[in-house]
Amino acid sequence: MVASTSSPGTRILGVAVGAGLAVLLLFALVLSPADAVQEETVRMFYVHVPTALIAFTAFFVTVGASVGYLVRRTEWWDIVAGASAEMGAVLLVATLVSGALWGRVTWGVYWTWDARLTLTALLFVLVLGYLAVRRLPLERGQRSRVSAVVGLLLAPTTIACHYATTWWRTLHQSQTVTTTDAKLDGLMLFTFALGMIVFGLLYGWLMIHRFRILWLENRVEDLSLDAAIADRLREAQPDAPRTSPTLTGSGIPGATG
Amino acid sequence: MFRDAALVAGKDLRLELRSRVGVAQVAPFALLMLILFAFALDPDRAVLQRATAGLYWVAVLFSALLAIQRAFAVESDEGVRDALRLSGLDPAGIFLGKVAAIAIQLLVLEVLLLGGVVVLYNAEPSGFALLVPTCLSATLGLAAAGCIYGVLAAGLRVKETILPLLLLPVLAPVLIAATQAFEAALGGATGEGWRWLGLLLVFAAAYVALGFGTFGLLLEES
Repeated sequence: MVASTSSPGTRILGVAVGAGLAVLLLFALVLSPADAVQEETVRMFYVHVPTALIAFTAFFVTVGASVGYLVRRTEWWDIVAGASAEMGAVLLVATLVSGALWGRVTWGVYWTWDARLTLTALLFVLVLGYLAVRRLPLERGQRSRVSAVVGLLLAPTTIACHYATTWWRTLHQSQTVTTTDAKLDGLMLFTFALGMIVFGLLYGWLMIHRFRILWLENRVEDLSLDAAIADRLREAQPDAPRTSPTLTGSGIPGATG
Repeated sequence: MFRDAALVAGKDLRLELRSRVGVAQVAPFALLMLILFAFALDPDRAVLQRATAGLYWVAVLFSALLAIQRAFAVESDEGVRDALRLSGLDPAGIFLGKVAAIAIQLLVLEVLLLGGVVVLYNAEPSGFALLVPTCLSATLGLAAAGCIYGVLAAGLRVKETILPLLLLPVLAPVLIAATQAFEAALGGATGEGWRWLGLLLVFAAAYVALGFGTFGLLLEES
């Protein structure tokens, strides 16, 4: 049997994401019209904005799950927080790359230091720090508690980053889509909504897989711990044969004695 | 709580006064940075003068990193942190005490660095009405955020490398706001500076509040 983290549900979701990305490309690159002002560069927007918004959502999920962990103290919340931060980091890279390419064409530079971009860069570094904390060689409970506090501290930057264009007058575009006098053409709006749905599904799909992998990693950690304990116990009995720690030795024979 | 804070702050400051690490190592390091910046930017007075505010706060930031690391390193020997946990002191009090001790050390350092930029970069300090509250609120924010991350990192084996990675991005808003306010004060045009001072105050208040809420938990973990 080939070990896999997929299930019928995730396979359907995966196919939907793949097909959705193809349709999104078709709409974004071919069917939707060029913008009157931004011309062809507007097509970048169908990737840039959805990935940014889903990335922010992912970080809010991390913050929420961190709070959830601090309240409930269960593995589930910890893994959700970690998986969501990883997905958010990936999506934020997509946002930064697409934004940089768009900026090169429109502003003439890949990067500029306005409030939105600066905060996004900060948020990215903060998330890298959070992910570094999650990889610390600690006992799992301690690692989860420390990560939860660091995850909670992502909140101010995420909020500031999300509202940056509203709070400060920046070079970056303000929120075009949620404003009431949206000047978006029907097909453009549809393409954008499609982008949101597709990237939302992508996030959900990868989240489920990542969650399962992290869960299994924890189980592997438990098994190797059990194996190590069993081995030490056998060492204590001089006549028993010694075995090297393996993942199969989950039972602890004679541990009750 | 405030009595506990005074006890902890007194202990930390006495330790620093007697060990003289701050005077003998951190302060010279900060001045060294000012000199190195001058080398890096070419001893061109105009560039240095324009960049004074930013360089000043970068120097403060890196020195603060040392001070924070030091404030928690002194407690990692001989189980002092266990003793602190068992002492029955209010965690919020311990937090305030540590923040106060770090803030006082940083303020002394800032005065010293201000002398440094006056002598080395030819800055002319003015606008003290803005300068003083800027320094006070920025220092409080630095110390409060530093204390949260300092105690978080203190119990970890990789504390020297993880602390800058976690703390510096968090402190970036302080660097930005303090630099802007400082520049406004030095330039004599304080109008813009007051808004940045507001941001510094919000930052300091937010991290003091966060510290109140989380320090007990983090102290248990360290």
